[in-house]
Amino acid sequence: MAETMQFDLVSPEKSLGSFQASEVQVPGSEGDMTVLPLHAPVITTLRPGLVVAKSPDGSQEFIVTQGIAEITAESVSIIAEQAFDRSEVTKADMEKVLEEARAHAESVAGEEKLNAEKFVVEMVHFIEMME
Amino acid sequence: MPSLKDLKNRIESVKNTRKITKAMQMVAAAKLRRAQEAAEAGRPYADQMNKVVSSLAAAAGASGVGPKLLAGTGADTTHLLVVMTAERGLCGGFNTYIVKMARQKIEDLQAAGKTIKILTVGKKGREQLKREYGDLMIGHVDLSEVKRVGYVNANAIARDVLSRFDGGEFDVATLFYNRFESVISQVPTELQIIPVAYQEDDSESVVYDFEPGEDEILEQLLPRAVATQVFTALLENGASEQGARMSAMDNATRNAGEMIDKLTIQYNRSRQAAITTELIEIIAGAEAL
Repeated sequence: MAETMQFDLVSPEKSLGSFQASEVQVPGSEGDMTVLPLHAPVITTLRPGLVVAKSPDGSQEFIVTQGIAEITAESVSIIAEQAFDRSEVTKADMEKVLEEARAHAESVAGEEKLNAEKFVVEMVHFIEMME
Repeated sequence: MPSLKDLKNRIESVKNTRKITKAMQMVAAAKLRRAQEAAEAGRPYADQMNKVVSSLAAAAGASGVGPKLLAGTGADTTHLLVVMTAERGLCGGFNTYIVKMARQKIEDLQAAGKTIKILTVGKKGREQLKREYGDLMIGHVDLSEVKRVGYVNANAIARDVLSRFDGGEFDVATLFYNRFESVISQVPTELQIIPVAYQEDDSESVVYDFEPGEDEILEQLLPRAVATQVFTALLENGASEQGARMSAMDNATRNAGEMIDKLTIQYNRSRQAAITTELIEIIAGAEAL
């Protein structure tokens, strides 16, 4: 059985991580899931949350806001709208993201407004959970 | 024949010009490095995005019904051209090449009886297209205040384009920008962004499970794919602009150097001519005594 799988986390502006991982926690929009190697192929949307990638050398944590995760038997690719290294950001940074999301929700209408407001609510939840 | 003083002034002024073009060249070189890094950093995301969109689109395309963004509106009558140029000039043929390409496309499409709408990004393209096609312009994106082009800017442009698409303002959208090949070569490129183009890959297609559902994912993913393409184009364009400016300023600096040499020779000749004339006058005067 395969011990590890390829883990990639990319945001539009840079690639945050690309390494072999043995276990990845993904904040899927329908609920968190932990992916092990040889997982069935899934594509899921993401909600704001923590991505934890465990590798033989230790585990790394990232924060993602929105995006898509593509999971196959050999790889997990996370395509995030915004992504941060957990150790580099604080609650205040995330509140800034929240402010922007709020401003965006104000500025749009219709179905997009619903989505934007849903995102704001999810952000608030996530920030509350951060210590 | 210009006087000695005129020549001297002229040389001074060309020297100043050379200093400026040299400085601009160095600034462009520094900016180019940063722009190239940004373009490279954005590539993994674009690649991954393309991969996922392609595999999803292939599945949706096979079923024949997909979201409008993927399948198109079914019509092909109104085209939106997004022309991306620089905010500043002094970068050789950079802006002209893109505009030329866009203009060619406009003529072709108009000859085919299509309706054209133009959205410009960057001041220079707007200035050049305004004269002929001012009535076709539906908008302009000003990035002159933006120091570093980020995903936010691309997203704003993409949102604007998408909301127009949803409003039924056009059927097909095409981007015009310069693809960065190397410092001396930038290739004007047209790229169709709506309906979202994807590569058909014949390789084994994995059957994915979708959460929440395939339609919801496509709905979220496609606007992002458009934004990604806009972002990639912006980054490539940014790097190309600096590359073009660097080589244009390099040429200008060299030309100024040549001009200084020529003017200096002319100055020295005139000075010697003046001295010789004076000497002849003195000697002639002495002999006359």
